[in-house]
Amino acid sequence: MMRLRRILPLLCMLLAMIADAAADLAEGLDKLKSSNFKHKAEAVTLVADSGDARGAQILQALLDGRLYIRRADQLVVIVADNAATTELLDAATGAALGTAAKSDLKKIAINNQMRLGLRASLARLSLGDPDPDARLAAVHALIAAPSEQTQVMLRDAQKTETDERVKRAMAVVAALADFDDESPAARLAAVETVRGSMLGEVRNRLATLVEENADGSPVEPDAAVRAAAGAAIRDIDAARARYEFIETLFFGLSLGFVLVLAATGLAITFGVMGVINMAHGELMMLGAYTVYVVQQLMPNHLEWSIAVAIPLAFIVAGLVGILIERGVVRFLYGRPLETLLATFGISLFLQQTVRSIFSPLNRAVATPEWMSGQVVISDALALTANRLYIIVFSVLVFAALLALLRFTPLGLQVRAVAQNRAMARAMGVRAGWIDAMTFGLGSGVAGLAGVALSQLTNVGPNLGQAYIIDSFMVVVFGGVGNLWGTLVAGLGLGIANKFLEPYSGAVLAKILVLVFIILFIQKRPRGLFPQRGRSAEA
Amino acid sequence: MSAGPLSSRFDRRADVLVGGLIVLVGVLVPLLNLLTPVDSPLHLSTYTVTLVGKYLCYALLALAVDLVWGYCGILSLGHGAFFALGGYAMGMYLMRQIGDRGVYGNADLPDFMVFLNWDSLPWYWHGFEHFPFAMAMVLLVPGLLAFVFGWFAFRSRVTGVYLSIITQALTYALLLAFFRNEMGFGGNNGLTDFKDLLGFDLKADSTRCALFAASALALLGGYALCRTIVNSKLGRVVVAIRDAEDRARFIGYRVEHFKVWIFTLSAVLAGIAGALYVPQVGIINPGEFSPLNSIELVIWVAVGGRGTLYGAIIGALTVNFAKTLFTGALPELWLFVLGAMFVLVTLLLPRGIAGLLKRGEAA
Amino acid sequence: MSTTPDTPLDASTWWEAFVSENSAYAPRHAAGPDPSQGAMLYLEDITVSFDGFRALNELTLYIEPGELRCIIGPNGAGKSTMMDVITGKTRPDKGVAFFGHQLDLLKLSEPEIAQSGIGRKFQKPTVFEQLPVFVNLELACRGPRGVWRTLGARLSSEERDRIDSTLNLIGLSAQRLQRAGALSHGQKQWLEIGMLLMQEPRLLLIDEPVAGMTHEETERTAELLVSLAGERSVVVVEHDMEFVRSIARKVTVLHEGSVLAEGDMDRIQSDPRVIEVYLGA
Repeated sequence: MMRLRRILPLLCMLLAMIADAAADLAEGLDKLKSSNFKHKAEAVTLVADSGDARGAQILQALLDGRLYIRRADQLVVIVADNAATTELLDAATGAALGTAAKSDLKKIAINNQMRLGLRASLARLSLGDPDPDARLAAVHALIAAPSEQTQVMLRDAQKTETDERVKRAMAVVAALADFDDESPAARLAAVETVRGSMLGEVRNRLATLVEENADGSPVEPDAAVRAAAGAAIRDIDAARARYEFIETLFFGLSLGFVLVLAATGLAITFGVMGVINMAHGELMMLGAYTVYVVQQLMPNHLEWSIAVAIPLAFIVAGLVGILIERGVVRFLYGRPLETLLATFGISLFLQQTVRSIFSPLNRAVATPEWMSGQVVISDALALTANRLYIIVFSVLVFAALLALLRFTPLGLQVRAVAQNRAMARAMGVRAGWIDAMTFGLGSGVAGLAGVALSQLTNVGPNLGQAYIIDSFMVVVFGGVGNLWGTLVAGLGLGIANKFLEPYSGAVLAKILVLVFIILFIQKRPRGLFPQRGRSAEA
Repeated sequence: MSAGPLSSRFDRRADVLVGGLIVLVGVLVPLLNLLTPVDSPLHLSTYTVTLVGKYLCYALLALAVDLVWGYCGILSLGHGAFFALGGYAMGMYLMRQIGDRGVYGNADLPDFMVFLNWDSLPWYWHGFEHFPFAMAMVLLVPGLLAFVFGWFAFRSRVTGVYLSIITQALTYALLLAFFRNEMGFGGNNGLTDFKDLLGFDLKADSTRCALFAASALALLGGYALCRTIVNSKLGRVVVAIRDAEDRARFIGYRVEHFKVWIFTLSAVLAGIAGALYVPQVGIINPGEFSPLNSIELVIWVAVGGRGTLYGAIIGALTVNFAKTLFTGALPELWLFVLGAMFVLVTLLLPRGIAGLLKRGEAA
Repeated sequence: MSTTPDTPLDASTWWEAFVSENSAYAPRHAAGPDPSQGAMLYLEDITVSFDGFRALNELTLYIEPGELRCIIGPNGAGKSTMMDVITGKTRPDKGVAFFGHQLDLLKLSEPEIAQSGIGRKFQKPTVFEQLPVFVNLELACRGPRGVWRTLGARLSSEERDRIDSTLNLIGLSAQRLQRAGALSHGQKQWLEIGMLLMQEPRLLLIDEPVAGMTHEETERTAELLVSLAGERSVVVVEHDMEFVRSIARKVTVLHEGSVLAEGDMDRIQSDPRVIEVYLGA
């Protein structure tokens, strides 16, 4: 019922022409055979206005270059694809005509002028689509070809349109045609109507109203219209700035959360064991490669690959971490600089291993269907879904880690060792075991960070190196042994980076952030949130 | 006793041995290149001269790292930056010497500036056409950076791992900066296509040999300087600071002054090494700033044995010789070997080759 | 930079600077110490807090010239923090700290305080482990502390004699060329005290000098400290009550960051408040 009511007005609109609908379609198809583009353009209008249900399919085929003339009988046909041999459909009836060789067909060529008209015509036809998103897209497509005809059509459609967004868009696009109206009142009304719309074309058309001619006289003679247009432009610019701000904030946050994820593991090992793990970046790399391997193993279930890879990456990176701790780090306890060098050696080892197994080239990791695409917030603001997922994922991991440290026996022991190793040991905490677990935990989190990174950047042997210095900066900036510090520092640096980028470019932004931290650390050598208390005796 | 009880008889003998070897190599290598006929079995190719010359520059760089790390306990992961800055200062001089012999034949601007459509020389390039000015910059630029950086860092008592990370960030920031074309240092490609130095053709064997001898001389001078410092009371204060910074402070030494002093001196030595390196290899590009380079040179010192000076030289020569062998024969294995060196030396051989020799001597 | 010259307290000048009204070390604010006390060290109303916890709470303490003072108190009473304040390691939130009448300790850095004549021994013996015993003393020896001056410094025969006599005093003559790291715990304590003596300080702050010493070593330490007082002021923080009793003339009890009681050992031990918080525990 709903559907019928929506389509009804459109049918009414075309009622006048319905009598000779079939005739129009046939005439239109016939005219398309002409080699004269003017005739072809008329043909498009005929087909579009014929009211025949096949019109849209024909015009789409024409736009896609899939409309042909069969040489044998001069029949207009639609081909399924542009292969050498292809299936044919009768354009007029939609009947299948079997297959034919491309050489038996002659393509109906179109020019750019026609393409514009075609899109507008198609859009007009889509105004009756039951899906409001499709109708909205159709309205937006009509912006490019303003005419009195479309205006009338839009105004008619607007009366019966039920979706508020579509209705508003229709009013805006219809009003654009009035910008050239003779009467200043009409132009003023049109400007007031479009006010607040974020469509790019609206801004452009408004801008023409406030321009000046070569002799300095204003293009728009009426002062009231000029003033209104100016105000509308300011509105749009302010809104755009707002949206840009939100978008930058979003990018900053997503980068920040990736940094937090990358740095958390580092902060845990540094905070608890006083050890800088230079191989941390390579553990992230292992996490990213885990995603790649999982996707190679289950190519037909990509949508599940991330879900499988998350625990697997945690385990792989965690186990390698435990191996590093048991094999190397524990022998260097109390010698942080040596640990730094030894773990750097391990990072070289891991890099070269991955290079030998997977080749030095970057590997493509697919983004599952459900993670790709955009989340549309408004006309001018759309957020990429994968970054949104990464933010959610990071928050979850961070929360889980906090909970783990706060509420589990392992967490209690880890915190005890972090605060006073000797005392913890005296109270029966197996410090060695806790060290291994802590290192494994930190490394596992690095693996998770790698999963997140695999959805953002290329997966290659150098993946870890690209992020390790930034992660260090986050830890140093936030202060050791304080996960909240890591969170604040990571988000702060991510957002600062993204806000600097438009002004200074990505590289300079990064340099500025680095220089800032180098200076900051002079002022606060223990970071944003230092562990304070009575100084342990020197 | 007056030399201080720090240097053992073994150390003094090693000094004489290493010093003598540097002199011998510095004299013999150029002679074998210049005075022997090409087909003689004794002949050393110019390629070898340049290769060993490169090693000597690395050895000087390692010496600089040993001075701050081995004696003062400052693990700098950014010394490659000072090396590179010295190299760039020399490179800028060599660029200006090209004159109108570049691809674009522009006498006023280096090729890359012509390519970027710049119409005049940036202010910081002025003066580099004069050799003495450029040489002053070789010392001054790394020295000043180290002084300012050290003054801030040490005054705020940034120590240990924090300091290492910050030095790494420093060289990383410079790496990113020098990659930018807008910086005016040739961006990605760096400075290259040098023609001559002080009027001598850089491709000529005699120039190569002179540069080689200069490198040997610089290494010897650097070695003598470092040994003098280490054997002085200053050297003992520096070791004291490494052992117990607070104790040194509470008996009245301004720890940060000593650290800045030694750090700056070390940076200057690194800069000299870079300046000698560039005319021999014929290019300087931002890659020299990469954190990997800086951390690799730390391992030279670790392998050789830190806190001994001669260990740094032994380490630089050994590791780089191994690198040349491996990257030639089994390039994919080199990173494994390097990685293993980091792990094994820190775990099993904390005093490096020098420690091993010393133990052998004692046994 | 402040008006402080770079190396203001070289050996030849530190005393002049100390006594001169016009020196850079003249107090820079009106709230000077109460000179009627005639003391060597003035701490008045010193308050230090860490994250809301008051380590020192309006602590007021005077040390007379030549006095040997013992400071006791339970853990967390603020003994080490007090030492940190005097030596410049910790800056108090408020209060006044003067060395003599002229030297505002709160305006000086740790090395400046050390050079002005305050020596400190840490709780955990801290010596230069990789350096020989002899060099440990050489570095502590009073003399120029500037970078360039140390570069050119040569050991004079007079300094050598002083080092030798100190080695005798602390009983480490035989170990003079040994690495300090190879010494026993007690020997390290002695070496650290020896290093303090080489500084020729006018005030010695000694944190737990007999921890880890044998009975015999403890007795010798007591003798040494008693002999040091008189020429210098000595402040000893110690847990070992036996030891305190053997050396102390005047004892100060700290509790929760301020002075609980002060007086001779007998009076302290009979003070009910002290018994309650400390001895009675």
